[in-house]
Amino acid sequence: MQQVFKRPQSLKDVQTHFCPGCHHGTIHRLVADAMDLHGVQERTIGVASVGCSVFLYGYFDIDVVEAPHGRAPAVATGVKRAKPDNFVFTYQGDGDLAAIGTAEIIHAANRGEDITVIFVNNTTYGMTGGQMAPTTLVGQKTSTSPYGRDKSKDGSPIRMAELMAQLGGVAYSARVAVDSPKHVLEAKKVIREAFGYQVQGRGFSFVEVLSACPTNWGMNPLKANARVGEEMIPYFQLGVFKKEEA
Amino acid sequence: MSKRLFVKGNEAAAMGAVAAGCRYYFGYPITPQSDIPEYLSRELPKLNGEFIQAESEIGAINMLLGASATGVRAMTSSSSPGISLKQEGISYMAGAELPGVIINISRSGPGLGGIDASQSDYFQAVKGGGHGGYHIPVLAPNSVQEMYDLTLHAFDLADLYRTPVMLLGDSVVGQMKEALVPNPRPVRELPEKEWAVRGKGSAEQRVVKSLFLGDGELEAHNWRLHAKYQVMKEKECISEEFETADAKLIVTGFGSVSRIAQTAVAMAREEGLKVGLFRPVTLFPFPEKALAEAAGRAGRVLVIELNTGQMVEDVRLSVGAAAKVSFYGRPPGAGSLPSPEELLDVIRKNYDQAPQ
Repeated sequence: MQQVFKRPQSLKDVQTHFCPGCHHGTIHRLVADAMDLHGVQERTIGVASVGCSVFLYGYFDIDVVEAPHGRAPAVATGVKRAKPDNFVFTYQGDGDLAAIGTAEIIHAANRGEDITVIFVNNTTYGMTGGQMAPTTLVGQKTSTSPYGRDKSKDGSPIRMAELMAQLGGVAYSARVAVDSPKHVLEAKKVIREAFGYQVQGRGFSFVEVLSACPTNWGMNPLKANARVGEEMIPYFQLGVFKKEEA
Repeated sequence: MSKRLFVKGNEAAAMGAVAAGCRYYFGYPITPQSDIPEYLSRELPKLNGEFIQAESEIGAINMLLGASATGVRAMTSSSSPGISLKQEGISYMAGAELPGVIINISRSGPGLGGIDASQSDYFQAVKGGGHGGYHIPVLAPNSVQEMYDLTLHAFDLADLYRTPVMLLGDSVVGQMKEALVPNPRPVRELPEKEWAVRGKGSAEQRVVKSLFLGDGELEAHNWRLHAKYQVMKEKECISEEFETADAKLIVTGFGSVSRIAQTAVAMAREEGLKVGLFRPVTLFPFPEKALAEAAGRAGRVLVIELNTGQMVEDVRLSVGAAAKVSFYGRPPGAGSLPSPEELLDVIRKNYDQAPQ
């Protein structure tokens, strides 16, 4: 019998420890699929950030460096400059990348570092218990915005994929979601494309992935998944915002 | 035979780094150490190396973390307020046991302070600085030659012990020019970097991390780091002594002020006072045993620092009840560097109180 679906080679054969309904597993799968497609697993160095995403090395069968909170793009810069033949990517959450790490992401992108950034946006700080993130939607209640995010006080949710597209060093910037089979397939294509940019040495590539955090949103997995489509996508528009042609 | 050069201390340190095989530098400008990135921005590209002016000191130390994780020799440099920003990364590197060299041409503080020669960052350098209860080797040069020699030594220590190493100077040793003979010493026997990430190929996965969640894992990790510091204390202390054999008063100080103190000690000897100088070259590990021996013979120690008293605490811990310890400090401020005559006067006063 022909096998038509299997675990990507770049993923370890382990059980997930993430919460029920969390999208990390799906996103890991897509990233591993892109590594397999481009045949880079054996020369990949992943950079793990702080938060739930730190557990990269438990799932991907690749070498990994752990970075301090927000600093993954700087760590990846050091890795890539020292070892330009390696494939280097960071995997960061929204608190990590869009709050404490804004200087590092903007300048690594602006330098055009030949790395790929996977940015997982679930509008909250997950591991620390669901506090307000820079991406928290206006009105969204979190453990530190108990009355809902107030635009006049807390500012607006930051749109990183669009921001990245403005920077000269960025070759590729896109936003995808993993809330439906259709979106997952689109995300797969986009992540493959983003990895391809680095494989070809074409500069900095960035993919924002909208995902759910059912535990901290206080929703069951199905409702949390539905929220991605109903509340997040209308504000965080999906699409490819920059794609430098060869 | 190497030629004799006439260079600045900062340049000597940068030359030492190149001689040590460092090809990757990440930094952010700050006075009084900017000669180091300026020199390396010129020289590293010629050697197929990389110079990056980072967006901040935080960016720079994390680039160093990333480069070091791949096994290459790399470094950063900064000055006090910049070193404060780097402490996060230094703690992570200490936790993940990553080598790397950090040159700190310190300035005065707290806060913005000034660019005077100052030794007010002793605590920050030798007591960990960042979070988590770690130590890193700290080397204190007092000449242009030592800026070169100790930078080479710093890279060896870093690789041998898998640790960040700090070279702690100030604007006197960084900015002054003197003769340098750039003779690279033979490198110590160093272990293979079997921990470095490289892209796993068909081999085992390698992970560089400081997160240890398993039952008892972090405690074991911390005891292991502690044991490493005990080995350093046993094997890596460096100090220098001048006229200490028959001394009744030991003067001690590190870095730039030790030069002035040595002149004052020589002047005191001319007056017939039996005074000696003990200079710690490694501030961590602190040369406790050697100092305790010299101090025990003399019975009295005078500590001179360009601050209000920091190393004096380690001196007291080292000598215990074996000697009386007194302190003379000149915290930074324009023109506050003590003259040899000023220190001679302090030596005379302390000598008169020396136990007979």
